[in-house]
Amino acid sequence: MSERTLYDKVWDAHAVTTLPTGQTQLFIGLHLVHEVTTPQAFDMMRERGLSIAYPQRTFATADHIIPTDTQVRPFADDQAEAMMAALERNVRDFDIEFYGLGSDRQGIVHVIGPQLGLTQPGMTLACGDSHTSTHGAFGTLAFGIGTSQVRDVLATQTLSMDRLNVRRINVNGSLPLGVHAKDVILTIIRTLGVGGGKGFAYEYGGAVLDAMNMDERMTVCNMSIEGGALVGYVNPDGTTFDYLLGRPFAPKGEAFDRAMAYWRSMASDPDARYDDVVDIDGSAIEPTVTWGINPGQAVGVLESLPRPEELQDPKTVEKAYQHMGWEPGAPILGTPIDVAFIGSCTNSRLSDLVAAARVAKGRQVSSDVRALVVPGSVEVKKQAEAAGLDRVFTEAGFQWREAGCSMCLAMNPDKLNGREVCASSSNRNFIGRQGSPGGRTLLMSPAMVAAAALNGKVVDVREYN
Amino acid sequence: MSEIKQVGGRAVVVRGHDIDTDRIVPARYLKEITFSRMGEYPFIDERYDADGNTVEHPFNEARFQGAELLVVNRNFGCGSSREHAPQALYRWGIRAIIGESFGPIFAGSSVLLGMPTVMASPEDVGRLMTLVESDPQVELTVDLDARKVRLPDGSDIDIDISEGHRNALTTGSWDSTALLLGNMDEVAQTSEKLPYTKNFEGPAPL
Ligand code: SF4
Repeated sequence: MSERTLYDKVWDAHAVTTLPTGQTQLFIGLHLVHEVTTPQAFDMMRERGLSIAYPQRTFATADHIIPTDTQVRPFADDQAEAMMAALERNVRDFDIEFYGLGSDRQGIVHVIGPQLGLTQPGMTLACGDSHTSTHGAFGTLAFGIGTSQVRDVLATQTLSMDRLNVRRINVNGSLPLGVHAKDVILTIIRTLGVGGGKGFAYEYGGAVLDAMNMDERMTVCNMSIEGGALVGYVNPDGTTFDYLLGRPFAPKGEAFDRAMAYWRSMASDPDARYDDVVDIDGSAIEPTVTWGINPGQAVGVLESLPRPEELQDPKTVEKAYQHMGWEPGAPILGTPIDVAFIGSCTNSRLSDLVAAARVAKGRQVSSDVRALVVPGSVEVKKQAEAAGLDRVFTEAGFQWREAGCSMCLAMNPDKLNGREVCASSSNRNFIGRQGSPGGRTLLMSPAMVAAAALNGKVVDVREYN
Repeated sequence: MSEIKQVGGRAVVVRGHDIDTDRIVPARYLKEITFSRMGEYPFIDERYDADGNTVEHPFNEARFQGAELLVVNRNFGCGSSREHAPQALYRWGIRAIIGESFGPIFAGSSVLLGMPTVMASPEDVGRLMTLVESDPQVELTVDLDARKVRLPDGSDIDIDISEGHRNALTTGSWDSTALLLGNMDEVAQTSEKLPYTKNFEGPAPL
C-alpha cells in the first residue's frame, strides 16, 4: 500500500471511522451539486424525512441542460425547464447556496469550484459527476459519485468508500511547441488504457506538470476517469497558491499563510511510497487526436489509424471502425469535419480560449463548418470579452455562446445531426455522446479544434506556430 | 433492509469491452427528474433504429426476457457517473452483474441499489457467455458468501468483489445512509479537526 502520499494524508485526515462493512466513512469537505444527477437524491431525502447535514459545505449551479444561445425562461424544452425548476426548488427547500442563470458565478460545476476558490488543496470533494476529478489539480481528493451517494453526502456529509491504490505518473522533459495539456492526458490514457486506472488514484507529476498552469493541470486531472481512475491529482505548489490568492472563498490575510502551511503539509513526501510508478517522455508527445469510440483510441496527428490486429483489443477496434467508417491504416490528418466545438469542463477556461484564439485570429472558419466557442463560466466569458477574444472568434466565423456544457453531451439544444463529424475539445467520443446516435467525435486540444475549423479537416496545429 | 447473499436466475449476455454509461442510457433520458421510467431505456439506441424499429440486441431477444443476471466483458459501465445506468438495468430486472471488470462509479452505485457487480477471469466470463447463449434457460447462482458463481451441472467459477461491497450486501447494509447516519458525532469531530472548515482562522493545527 502507498504511504505518505497526498492521497494517504488526505484520506487519513478525513476518515471518520471504519464501518462494519470494512469500508471507511469519509468526511467530504465540499459538495457540489448540479441539476442532472440530484433531483432523485433530493426526493429520497424528502421520502426519508432527512435534512441536509452541512448546508454550508454545499454549493449548486446549473450547467448541463441550459441552452447556450438564448437563456430566456421558460426554456423551449419542457423537460429542461422542469429540471431547472426542480433544482431551484431543491436549493430553496434545503437552503443551499445556488449560482443559477443570471448569477455572475454560474458556469460548469468544475470550472466554477476552482474559480471561486471553493476547491482547495488537502480537501475532499464530491459531486454527482464523473469529471469531478478535475478538482484534483489543486491537490484535492475529488470523487465523482452516483445519485444515491449524493443522497448520502447531503444527509451525512460523508461517503462509505474503499481505499484506492496510488499510481504516480511522471511526465518528464518538456512539451514541444503546439503540444498542450490535452495531448498529455490523451497520451496517458492511450498508454495505460481506458480501464488501466481501475482501483487506482492517479498522482500526476514530473517536470511537465510542474511547469503547467492551473488550467492545464485541470485539463489533465479532468480526464482521469476516462483512464478508469476515480481520482486524479497534482500536488499543490506555488502555482496552486498563486492561483488561489484573492479568490472569493480562499482564506484571507494571515489565514492564507496558515492555509499554505496546511496545504504544503498535505503534499506527497519526497520519500512517499507508491503502488506503481509510470514514466512518460513529455518531449515525445505529439498533438493527439482520437479516431474511435473511447478516449484511449487516439493517435498522434501524423500517425495513421491502427490496424485491428496490431492492438490488444481487436473486437472494440472493429466496433470503432464500424461506427466511425474509417479504414485501418488511413491517415488521421486530412479527415474532413462538419462541426468544431471548443468548450466543456476539460477545455473551456481562459487559457484554452487564448490558445484557440491565437490560431483563429485573422483567419476564417471553413464555409462548410459549424463552429462554436462556449466559455466554461460567466466569469471566463467576461474575462475573454475583456481581452477581445469574443471578437477574434466571431470575426473568424465562430459562434460565441453563453456558459454551459453545450455540445459536450446531448442535454441541451447544441447537438450533432446524423453522421456529422465533430472536432471537439471535450472529453468523450462515446457513441451518441454529442446527441446523434450516428454522430462522430474527434477529441483534441482547443488549438487543434480551431485549426480544424479553419481548414474543414484535421490538420497539424504546429503549422500555425 | 434485506441481506443479499445469493442471487440466482437466468442470464442475458451483452458482449463487448468498455461499454460506457452513455450507451446504457443516452444523455437525453437524463432529463427526466425521476428514475421511474428508466427500466424502458437500457441500451435504447442499440435496440431501436432512428425510425423506432427494433434492431438485433440481446435485450430485445425473447429468449433473454426475464433474465436477472447480466454477463459482460471488461470495464463495463465506464464513463459518466449517471446512476441512471444501473437504475435502468435494475428496473429492467437485472439483480446482479458478472463481468471481467467495471467502471468505478458504476460499481459503487450498483451496490447502493443492492445489485452486486462481481468480477471473474476473462476465460470464465467467456465460458459463461457461451453457456448462456447456447442455453438461455440455464439458471446461475451468484453466491457472495462463497465468492462463486454456481452452474447447474454442479461446477462453479471463482468471483471477486471488493470486501466492503460484499459485506454491505451480505449484512443488509448496502443502502449506506442509515449506517453513515449512525456516526454523526464522529463526523462532527472530524469536521472540527480540519482547519479549512473554519477557513483557517486561529492557529494552524500542525
Ligand atoms: S462539460 Fe461535459 S463532461 Fe463536463 S460536466 Fe458538462 S457534460 Fe459533464
